[in-house]
Amino acid sequence: MKQYEYLAKQILGTYGIPTPPGRVVDTPDDASQAVREIGPVALKAQVLVGGRGKAGGIRFAQTSEEARTITQAMIGMDLKGYVVERLYAEGKLEIDQELYISVTTDRNTKTPLVMASRAGGVEIEDVEDGAIVRRTVDPRVGVEPYFGRELASALGLEGTLFKEFADLVVKLYRIYRDKDAELVEINPLAVVKGHLVAADARLNIDDSAIYRHPEIQRIDEGSLLEKKVQEIGLAYVELDGDIAVMANGAGMAMATLDAIQFFGGRPANFLDAGGGASVEPTAQALGVLVSMDPKVILINIFGGITRCDDVARAILQVKEGVGIPVPLVVRLVGTNEAEGVRLLAERGIDAYSEMAEAAEQAVKLAGEAG
Amino acid sequence: MAILLTKESRVIVQGMTGNQGRFHTAQMQAYGTNLVGGTSPGKGGQRIDGIPVFDTVLSAVQETGADASIVFVPAPFAKDAAFEAMENGIKLLVMIPEHIPVQDAIAIVTRARDLGVVVIGPNTFGLISPGEKTKMGIMPNHIYQAGPIGVVARSGTLSYEIAFSLTNAGLGQTTVVGMGGDPVVGQNFVSVLEEFKRDTKTQAIVMVGEIGGSAEEEAAEHIKQLGKPVVAYLAGRAAPPGKRMGHAGAIIERGRGTLESKEKALRAAGATVVTMPWQVADAVKSLV
Repeated sequence: MKQYEYLAKQILGTYGIPTPPGRVVDTPDDASQAVREIGPVALKAQVLVGGRGKAGGIRFAQTSEEARTITQAMIGMDLKGYVVERLYAEGKLEIDQELYISVTTDRNTKTPLVMASRAGGVEIEDVEDGAIVRRTVDPRVGVEPYFGRELASALGLEGTLFKEFADLVVKLYRIYRDKDAELVEINPLAVVKGHLVAADARLNIDDSAIYRHPEIQRIDEGSLLEKKVQEIGLAYVELDGDIAVMANGAGMAMATLDAIQFFGGRPANFLDAGGGASVEPTAQALGVLVSMDPKVILINIFGGITRCDDVARAILQVKEGVGIPVPLVVRLVGTNEAEGVRLLAERGIDAYSEMAEAAEQAVKLAGEAG
Repeated sequence: MAILLTKESRVIVQGMTGNQGRFHTAQMQAYGTNLVGGTSPGKGGQRIDGIPVFDTVLSAVQETGADASIVFVPAPFAKDAAFEAMENGIKLLVMIPEHIPVQDAIAIVTRARDLGVVVIGPNTFGLISPGEKTKMGIMPNHIYQAGPIGVVARSGTLSYEIAFSLTNAGLGQTTVVGMGGDPVVGQNFVSVLEEFKRDTKTQAIVMVGEIGGSAEEEAAEHIKQLGKPVVAYLAGRAAPPGKRMGHAGAIIERGRGTLESKEKALRAAGATVVTMPWQVADAVKSLV
């Protein structure tokens, strides 16, 4: 679960990491108040998407009046598909140098990983490998102060910056551990008048651990439809094609999209109905697909824990309830296959047993629908 | 023969009296797994399908000599269950639950390395050795058959699809291993390929991967010296760009993790790469 910048900075602040003075801005009045309190400010759109600055999501205001006008323009604007609902006003920084630091989990070593660079800022992803220092952390030991000193030394920092940086590494790792973070990142980590300041921050909390963090604010992400399906407890991503897809298991759902593309079609979504979904959630998920108004619906089920007869019952429930006004292609094999196929056949739906044939048929029908 | 799991494995079920635990205990028993016991705190002394229930792994191990455990407890209790198993001498640990916090998974796999425990999962369907008539997992029993093909997969249902297509083509399996879908899991392609390399019965290996991470690329470097043919199928050709974890994800992977980079690396290592799941069985047939 991603946290907005201002929430991430609140947490950095409680761990003693310096952040610029700032306040949340919901209205033009808030913005004008912010300038009176802080002086000239950067007004930063609070959205959960990267590349915000380049997309016009950060603007500067010298005066209260200017802050008011800018806020009026920014609230409600569309930023890379996200509507800006809130700004964060922050004291404008005179930045001498931009560093980078993050703590994340390395899937390969199965340990925490600290990465740092003297070449921070918006171009960090293009920095050459040699300019990034990486150190895995032994989870049994954690990050003791010496680890921070070694990292500061590897970056070639000196004097005050050396000490501040070494200290910051320890605190950042503590946040990663305490908050079950997937990622805690400061970029840029600014040098202002010889001291380090977290100019921007990201904090992503592990969704699986959120239950043990009542102090972390719950933040919804995604389109209305995505949220609706996620509420049923299923994984869903919108795509831009015209063949709606339901499959069981993430890998199977991905393979189904691949199969549609293989035959020249375009999938409308990714929907993982889960490894063992029962009748009701499956029917709800199918209801969502119907509401998307696709040209064709393709259901691809390999019943393991999922029972084919349950899937058939869900299909019939939707067909006889809200109705399925578009062509439906069903591939059904696995546990209780015979019963599922029989239930569907009784109501005039012929199920396929081969995934390739079903995908090809779905693409053909989508083509015919124009 | 098989890898990791054989008829000799003495298996317990942690969380045996819950809905899932009870159902899969019966399924595993029906398949032929040597189930010697189970645990459920406070329910020691009962029997489920004739299998003794213990309060603790300690007493289960003392009474039965168990050396393998499959865990069905809810995710928030999974770390505790894993440590209880490892500290009491379990050497093969299958972690079925999904949504285990990553920090807990890190703690589990770190301890497992120290103790020499093989962890399968978390968030896995488990593993099955058809020739040994034994399984630790939640996969359907009827889709496998004994034979010379090793299968290693990240994803459950997709591996069922492929295992079943192998079975239908007359290509049975030595062992099918599900590594698990979480960011931090006990095994990787390299460690499982190494097991298949040593297994004299395994003649060819099928890898079922997907986009994201760089596990497939790491495996490619290993395939060169494997001495056994590998067929790889990776899902995600048409998938949308994955959710990126800030800049850190992009920096770690550096051009790895895409389907193109994975397939390229696997081909360069001599693996046969197919683009659709239904092409796997034919590709394997041409190699064995």
